[in-house]
Amino acid sequence: MTRFISFFGLGLMTLMLFITTSGLPVLFDPESPAALHVSPRYIEKSHEETGSPNFVTAVLADYRGYDTLGETTVIFTAGLATVLLLRAARKDSDRIPGGKEE
Amino acid sequence: MNRRFGTIVLGTAFRFLVPFIMVYGMYVLMHGEYSPGGGFQAGALFGIAVVLDRLVQGEEAMLSISGTKAVILAGIGTFIYGFIGVLTVLLNGNFLEYGVFPLDMIEGERHALGILGIEIGVTICVMATIIAIFDALTRREEW
Repeated sequence: MTRFISFFGLGLMTLMLFITTSGLPVLFDPESPAALHVSPRYIEKSHEETGSPNFVTAVLADYRGYDTLGETTVIFTAGLATVLLLRAARKDSDRIPGGKEE
Repeated sequence: MNRRFGTIVLGTAFRFLVPFIMVYGMYVLMHGEYSPGGGFQAGALFGIAVVLDRLVQGEEAMLSISGTKAVILAGIGTFIYGFIGVLTVLLNGNFLEYGVFPLDMIEGERHALGILGIEIGVTICVMATIIAIFDALTRREEW
């Protein structure tokens, strides 16, 4: 039953994603909302607002500073989780063969 | 990687390579403001320099940073980023509004300094994460 519900949910979600795809603006469309409002603002104002001569840096570190903070935290968390998992695996395998604990 | 892997050829080649990788990483970090590059890329370069050293020289590596230290370092890098944000709030600005630093510079230079600060944080975090994952993977041969 649970399996049926999860498959049904997945199917529904896929269907919704396919349906909403047709509502997205066409790729490289110059009339899309992002190209009309967001990009010109970055291109015209980023130098005087942030003092950075590079759009990419201005967007990455200034307009979207929160986003980059989140990215850094994600990298740190992912690294921490990997290290913890690998260390836990090592401790488990130490315990099995000899039964000796340090 | 605890055993020494390098032969004399690898050892010599790596001695030539690693300083250039680190200088290039520093360039990518410092010049990220003006050209493509930035904290993530510089962190990857520094991380690769240390990983190469560990691969070739094994336990006698010059740039050896242990896994535990690397995880602490990654935390410090993330903390630097967040701390700069908190610092701008304490100086009556918005979070990560670099213009509020009380320095005798024009607005743009203060922004550049703030961006450099957070990029250094990102660099330390990425470098230490790469080293920590490498260390955790290669320590497994001690089983």
